Amino acid sequence: MSCLLQIKQTGEHLKFSTSNKSLTGTLYLTATHLLFIDSSQRETWILHHHIAAVEKLPLTTSGCPLVIQCKNFRIVHFVVPRERDCHDIYNSLLQLSRTAKYEELYAFSYNPKQNESEQVKGWQLIDLAEEYKRMGVPNSNWQLSDANRDYKICETYPKELYVPRTASKPIIVGSSKFRSKGRFPVLSYYHKNKEAAICRCSQPLSGFSARCLEDEHMLQAISKANPSNRYMYVMDTRPKLNAMANRAAGKGYENEDNYSNIRFQFVGIENIHVMRSSLQKLLEVSGTKGLSVNDFLSGLENSGWLRHIKAVLDAAVFLVKAIAVESASVLVHCSDGWDRTSQVCSLGALLLDSYYRTIRGFMVLIEKDWISFGHKFSDRCCQLDGDPKEISPVFTQFLESVWNLTEQFPQAFEYNEAFLLQIHEHVHSCQFGNFLGNCQKEREELKLKEKTYSLWPFLLDEQKRYQNPLYNPDFSPELTLLEPNTVSFNFKFWRNMYHQFDRSMHPRQSVFNLIMNMSEQNKQLEQDIRELEAVSITKEVFCNNAASFHTNDTTVWPSTYSV
Amino acid sequence: MLAVPGIDLLFSSVPQSAEFRLVPVWLLTLANSSGTITLRCKDLKVLQLEIPGMEECLNIASSIEALSSVDSVMMMYPFFYRPQSLKLEEGWHLFPLQQYFQQIASQVSLEGRDPAMLRSSQPLTGPNRKRCREDEMLLGTVLEEGERGFIIDTRSAQAAKQARMTGGGTEPKSSYPQWRRLHRGRPLQESFIKLVDACNDTAINMDRWLNRLESCRWLSHVKAALSTACLAAQCMDREEANVLVHGAEGTDTTLLVTALAQGLLEREWIKAGHPFHLRCARSAYSHARLKQEAPLFLLFLDCVWQLSRQFPFSLEFGERLLLTLFDDAYASAYGTFLCNNEKERCLCKVKENTHSLWAWLNQPGERKKYLNPLYLPNALVIWPSVEPQSIQLWQGLFFRWIRSSQYLDEAWAEIQRLVEGNEPPVKDSAGNRLSQSLSDPTAQPENGR
Repeated sequence: MSCLLQIKQTGEHLKFSTSNKSLTGTLYLTATHLLFIDSSQRETWILHHHIAAVEKLPLTTSGCPLVIQCKNFRIVHFVVPRERDCHDIYNSLLQLSRTAKYEELYAFSYNPKQNESEQVKGWQLIDLAEEYKRMGVPNSNWQLSDANRDYKICETYPKELYVPRTASKPIIVGSSKFRSKGRFPVLSYYHKNKEAAICRCSQPLSGFSARCLEDEHMLQAISKANPSNRYMYVMDTRPKLNAMANRAAGKGYENEDNYSNIRFQFVGIENIHVMRSSLQKLLEVSGTKGLSVNDFLSGLENSGWLRHIKAVLDAAVFLVKAIAVESASVLVHCSDGWDRTSQVCSLGALLLDSYYRTIRGFMVLIEKDWISFGHKFSDRCCQLDGDPKEISPVFTQFLESVWNLTEQFPQAFEYNEAFLLQIHEHVHSCQFGNFLGNCQKEREELKLKEKTYSLWPFLLDEQKRYQNPLYNPDFSPELTLLEPNTVSFNFKFWRNMYHQFDRSMHPRQSVFNLIMNMSEQNKQLEQDIRELEAVSITKEVFCNNAASFHTNDTTVWPSTYSV
Repeated sequence: MLAVPGIDLLFSSVPQSAEFRLVPVWLLTLANSSGTITLRCKDLKVLQLEIPGMEECLNIASSIEALSSVDSVMMMYPFFYRPQSLKLEEGWHLFPLQQYFQQIASQVSLEGRDPAMLRSSQPLTGPNRKRCREDEMLLGTVLEEGERGFIIDTRSAQAAKQARMTGGGTEPKSSYPQWRRLHRGRPLQESFIKLVDACNDTAINMDRWLNRLESCRWLSHVKAALSTACLAAQCMDREEANVLVHGAEGTDTTLLVTALAQGLLEREWIKAGHPFHLRCARSAYSHARLKQEAPLFLLFLDCVWQLSRQFPFSLEFGERLLLTLFDDAYASAYGTFLCNNEKERCLCKVKENTHSLWAWLNQPGERKKYLNPLYLPNALVIWPSVEPQSIQLWQGLFFRWIRSSQYLDEAWAEIQRLVEGNEPPVKDSAGNRLSQSLSDPTAQPENGR
């Protein structure tokens, strides 16, 4: 049954180039990784699961070129001297990077050498029940429903769902029958000061004229659950044209006339296919060397990528304004309620609640709005060899939106950019079980909690790397809104994401590294001075910390300045 | 209360706290529309004043118009500005040229021949390919037997060729055999105006914004300037060759390149005769497209800012200094940037009758504000990346008045606090490690398991 490949020494004297340098070395393929060791014994590891595409280019005088594009946007070029070897490597990589079953993914063989209780504890680190309590539910208006405890009402929803107290089981069942994929309106975030809620669902199966009493009662229940405000917003995060087109297929959007006290609003964000294509165009630009500034900017414009990021943030801003300014509850949906809906709800909550701007809070947010509510990680990130049309950078866009916020509000977040990048890395690495599969039901069937490890304790162990040294917990007191400026010029190209491995482009001197080391040294110093008296021991501490600072730094050859 | 006492426009509001805020404003153009005066300033600030009473408004507008178009240099503000803390004559001799050349001379004689950078204007070859023995000899003495030199012509190859028609030209290879010529290619003022225009449009959608950013070409100019300077520096550093830089006049792009490559402000820009009066006449809001106007100095400052982004530890000064220099090049209380060259400054008796900006900046209280707390002295050459992805729009300048920088400022203050609160020995050891790692050409291991 084992499809583990033996460590194969497949190519000697390969040339490997990334950024400007070209190195000679040997390529190895293991069961999980590609490993290149160059002539100076330096190792480059690439996870097979990270490989998005492999391409063989036409033969040149120096050999057969092979280009590997990774899901973390890393691009590596190999030049294999013999064409037959190149062909072998190409085929092996194709095979290794495609997986037919979940059990073949890295998470099932990854072994961090922990005992069972540690593994279990790792999974218990993030407890969503605790989170709902922290938000303030259940309360007099909202309760926990067990209607979906066997996933009978909605397969892609979590077992634990919060609904208005006045939403009885028949209402829930009826509403779920009227919603695409059974994803009826449920609570995503409760704002205890405003007593307003962010709810989420999918599009109604309204067609041109269909109605559903239970669904109408459901929305009424939601608006009644908010004592501060009689009306609520329904945000359809699709472009109006798309939503209207859906009506022909028996789906569509809410008719304001049928639902009492709703204000309907389109906040157009494009669909997964547009986003996939947009990213592709962006990567074409970022993958081209020696671009002129104009080609870069026009390529960026052409891809529309930043336009989409702005659209997502604009939608989130609309959402938070409704809650923070009007104290109105908001129901968010798109088509199936697991892509754009996840983006808008989670970003909205992040703007509203400073807890999600802490390291732990961010993990909770992802667990809640993305993992538990059934964002299709497996399909979107191509974990198995599935339908390429399902692939889309929805979660990447979410991270990029958060990154833009950290740039605007440098002191508001406990975590830094490296944290976002690392999460992105592991969403695609399949090293941990959190993001495997498409929904909670599937994860239970795969027994992920017994057979794989959770990412969160792994990140928490290393959290020093992810801390923002400028973080000020008092920046915005609890439940104070973050109001980003979303004028177009505020959005920047996320070089550290799309050129993460292209060292020549990045500032060679890292302010964050310096500051993190300094503030850590300060803390360490204070501690040492308190504990110890000997001056010589203090000196030792200085040097050790300075040395670790050195290894974090990146050093590169200068760019070539062409005539 | 609105007073127009002279060159400066002082206005104040009387809020509840009865605090007077004096805002010196440099005036450029204004548009009247029933009681509202819009002042577009050279430092890119835009102010709107509501004046009750149409006649009052028109009077004020015409006074402002007249005062802001003063032509005579000696009627300009620096000739009247007398801050209490400074004495006239201070600060003018902070960078004596003789001292500088003496330094270089001693270095050269002690350490052997270091590569030198020279600047000039174009050779007057003309359409008949004139030669000049003296010029050839001069350039010849710079090079030793068998040494190579590079001539970096800041004009594009085409422009240089065309220059021959009007009496200028390039150095023919036969007459200057040891020198290899490299060309660089460009209308900067239009670029500047277009960029500022785009930045001011806050309703702009993303595609249009990117389109305008691209079509204004400002960032292309930044990249070109940085590349040329780096090329020059590379010639000197890697090939150990001497470099001669010239454009047409030797006063614009030439200075930009030599200054960037060497990082010298006063000597390169001011003493070498960048015509500030002409180049920095009206800034981005002017309707009058003055032929001689070109924001080269701003381009230089932008490039320096790019360097500070890529190498935050390597510059002794911070962004604030760059912004101050930008402001003062266009309109200043100080005489440093007045006129077009040393000769004119002598004629107008600038040194005797105005204060030097450097004198102001050098005061201990002021100096501190402009220093970079992250500065770690480092003698190594810094090589910036000139990829488009590494070149950023200088938000601190172009969005200065358009959006609040409060959070960024607070974050920066926090950085300063963290760094300054640190023990000096720690900073030094970190700095030494950093210097070592910068000189180490080997790349770090990638993506460990």
